Amino acid sequence: MGEILLQIDGREVKVEEGMTILEAAQSTGINIPTLCYHEKLEPYGACRICTVEVETGGRTNLVAACLYPVQENLVVMTRSEKVDKIRKMLLELMIAHAPEAGALQELAQEYGANKDRFEKEPSFCILCGLCVRYCAEVKKKNAVGFVDRGGRREVIFIPEIAAKECWNCKECFPLCPTEALQAGYLLTEALAFPSGNR
Amino acid sequence: MDNDRIDQIIDKHQGKASSLIQVLLEIQSENHWLPKEALERVSEKLQVPLTRIRHITTFYKAFSLVPKGRHEIHICMGTACHIRGATHVLDTVQDLTGIRPGETDMDLKFSLETVNCLGCCALGPVMVVGGKYHGKIAPTEAEEALKNYE
Amino acid sequence: MPRINSPTELEELRKSILSKRDPDRPCIAICAGTSCLALGNDRVIGAFEEEIKKQSLEAKVDIRATGCHGFCEKGPNIVIYPEEICYMEVIPEGVSDIISQTVLGKKVIDRLIYTDPNTGEKAAHQSEIPFYKNQMRHLIGNNTKVDPKSIDDYLALGGYSALSKSLFEMTPEQVLEEIKKANLRGRGGGGFPTGLKWETARNAPGEKKYVIVNAHEGEPGAFMDRALFTGNPHSVLEGLIIGAYAIGSHQGFIYTRHDTPQLRNNIVVALTQAEGYGLLGENILGSGFNFNVEVHLDIGIFVSGESSALMRSIEGKTPEPRPKYIRTAVSGIWEKPSNLNNVETWANVPQIINNGSEWYTSIGTERSKGTKLISLSGNICNTGVVEVPMGTSLREIVYDIGGGIPNGKKLKAIHFGGPLGGSIPASLLDTPLDFDELAKLGAPMGAGGMLVMDEDTNMVDVARFFLNFLTDESCGKCVPCREGIRQMLKILTNITQGKGREGDVALLEELAEVAGNASLCALGRTSSNPLLSTLYYFRDEYEGIKENG
Repeated sequence: MGEILLQIDGREVKVEEGMTILEAAQSTGINIPTLCYHEKLEPYGACRICTVEVETGGRTNLVAACLYPVQENLVVMTRSEKVDKIRKMLLELMIAHAPEAGALQELAQEYGANKDRFEKEPSFCILCGLCVRYCAEVKKKNAVGFVDRGGRREVIFIPEIAAKECWNCKECFPLCPTEALQAGYLLTEALAFPSGNR
Repeated sequence: MDNDRIDQIIDKHQGKASSLIQVLLEIQSENHWLPKEALERVSEKLQVPLTRIRHITTFYKAFSLVPKGRHEIHICMGTACHIRGATHVLDTVQDLTGIRPGETDMDLKFSLETVNCLGCCALGPVMVVGGKYHGKIAPTEAEEALKNYE
Repeated sequence: MPRINSPTELEELRKSILSKRDPDRPCIAICAGTSCLALGNDRVIGAFEEEIKKQSLEAKVDIRATGCHGFCEKGPNIVIYPEEICYMEVIPEGVSDIISQTVLGKKVIDRLIYTDPNTGEKAAHQSEIPFYKNQMRHLIGNNTKVDPKSIDDYLALGGYSALSKSLFEMTPEQVLEEIKKANLRGRGGGGFPTGLKWETARNAPGEKKYVIVNAHEGEPGAFMDRALFTGNPHSVLEGLIIGAYAIGSHQGFIYTRHDTPQLRNNIVVALTQAEGYGLLGENILGSGFNFNVEVHLDIGIFVSGESSALMRSIEGKTPEPRPKYIRTAVSGIWEKPSNLNNVETWANVPQIINNGSEWYTSIGTERSKGTKLISLSGNICNTGVVEVPMGTSLREIVYDIGGGIPNGKKLKAIHFGGPLGGSIPASLLDTPLDFDELAKLGAPMGAGGMLVMDEDTNMVDVARFFLNFLTDESCGKCVPCREGIRQMLKILTNITQGKGREGDVALLEELAEVAGNASLCALGRTSSNPLLSTLYYFRDEYEGIKENG
């Protein structure tokens, strides 16, 4: 693997070819916020909070840092007026669903996001998919998954699998940025075994 | 639907995981809905996790996880039908049947679905009942048409 | 079915097919397109069959159930050969008259031909009927002449000669060069140069490469691809095989919807027949080139038309767009180079090979070449499938071909490109049909759905309609698209219900900007096009409604 020279926030950075912007930034101590990213999982690109501005060949683009591969002479700005505006609104949109989530609260403060901009619709989930992907990719159990599409998308446990696999694992619980998972899991348990005899 | 028939359908597609949607479509078209046991069988035979099957079967409106009514009503909500008043037709049908899109009534008489475009925009608004097309339909005509179904 | 092993054998077969055909023998071509079938044309076909049997004319008169003729408004349509008389709004009860008076008696029945509603003038042939005569029907025109289930019909019209020419007289590079010189641009929506896409896939490393026909047609109000593919499947298939040869692919996919059974059947029959003749499969026409095609059925949801989502569906997964900054032409299905073009794009290929890129570039505008299929619908007198040269003005399409707006209403707006397109006002009616001109105005052509709206249309409701569509039809994976559309829809719903608030328009614009800049795929990034175009051209309606509320 060759080395790639690029610029992040005005600093010349030398990183390995094949890295993403996010990995490159992290390797040099530059912080880019993330919500759906996890180093053990395939990049997913759903929360878009890691959006950064890049310049290649004289054109600027807004891209997801967790997915975009580094290129020679790439110029990356991890903060800019456009970037901040996007992050602020994404936070406002997500907070409507998870008003109490600590991770969102912190970022909201940093980006000046208005927590009451959109009407609250608490689902306690921002559909980052960390639990779903961890269960599939790391544990290979597929006990938890997405259902439906568009605005009705949700995370559910498959009762039959959850009953067998989840008790001794629960490794996805601490991954959740909104702490919604436990509730979801308990709900499934209640639904799957209403008589409580197991 | 028994496991033998499901296995036949799966075998027809050489048991390939990439045939998941086709297999589900064939089961749906024969059985008119997808019972839980059938999904479990498909998961086992195709070696596809149930999570993916649950996602796909809820992703598409064409799949039903509950039994369907005897007569399936499809109302086109495509652009041409929309600007020609499809919403009024839908409202009328909802009032008459007491069900909303995606639902089936208690007597299993009607199931109601909206569709995006049937490709016969010349006939808009269009309602299809059990495969029979009713074109350029006014709300009152929709009401009349549905009265003929038992 | 004899296997054809060389170009000479193909020409011999063609000659033998033609020699068995009597050009003077009457043939009734009955439209079995979506609209005509919905109008009950299967009963018309049945009535003709019965009548011919009753009069013992089986040996003298042919019946051909064809694909869409185009003039859906006046269906059920039939064309009677050899005189090419067009009858409209045919009912089963009229069939015996048609046989006795026209097919046998050679007389035109006045009440069944087209009458111009303005002048009262009658017209019996496509060359005289305004809807048809103002078109250039290179792609769709053969629909009345072929039975989609008969490869011989296609061969009789010169079919597969472009394939034979490509395989035996041209190198793959030369085929690619010809497509590049023709400046063919993708008909699916983006208008991306087809030749460049092919070249990327061709040059991408790896032995295994895939070519795909996108016959998904998920754009509401678009029905031209299924009209073309159902009616003349071999024209698309021939283009696909030629493309595979140029790219170096040996496996193709046809991606289509489960709810168009007729299309699927015709495709399956076409594949079987082409294989039977050795036009598909191993050692095509004895050239040594191998190519196979698989049909992949999907369900009509809008996001599955997005190229990476479509490819995930072919892999058997949920059609969510793939989050990678790498083109599918380089890494698509199972990470292999995968070249996706839509139905109409593929169907252009045989023409270009047969007639040359110079012929092709002589049609159209400077940057948009060839003809374009349009699905004309909405508040328009003549709904139907239209094919015109690029550069034709929207005015010509609406008035000369479309016959204007019904019920004496005035034209208000034209919407192109479905849920990811935009609406332009009647004042821009002289705009030419051109990828770049329309995109510049905020109404990108998309796949070619052209929706005409009259003065009674509420443009805020139109924007709301498309957002409502998208909230249901997006995959829901990324935040800016899923949540942005949800909030935009809420605001628009409030406005249309008279509950708009101060600052709504500014918030809509901000949401549109974030969805446009930060979404994962093209669907999300262009989801606010209808909103933005109506905000730009019909802003007073947003503000007016707010004041009323």
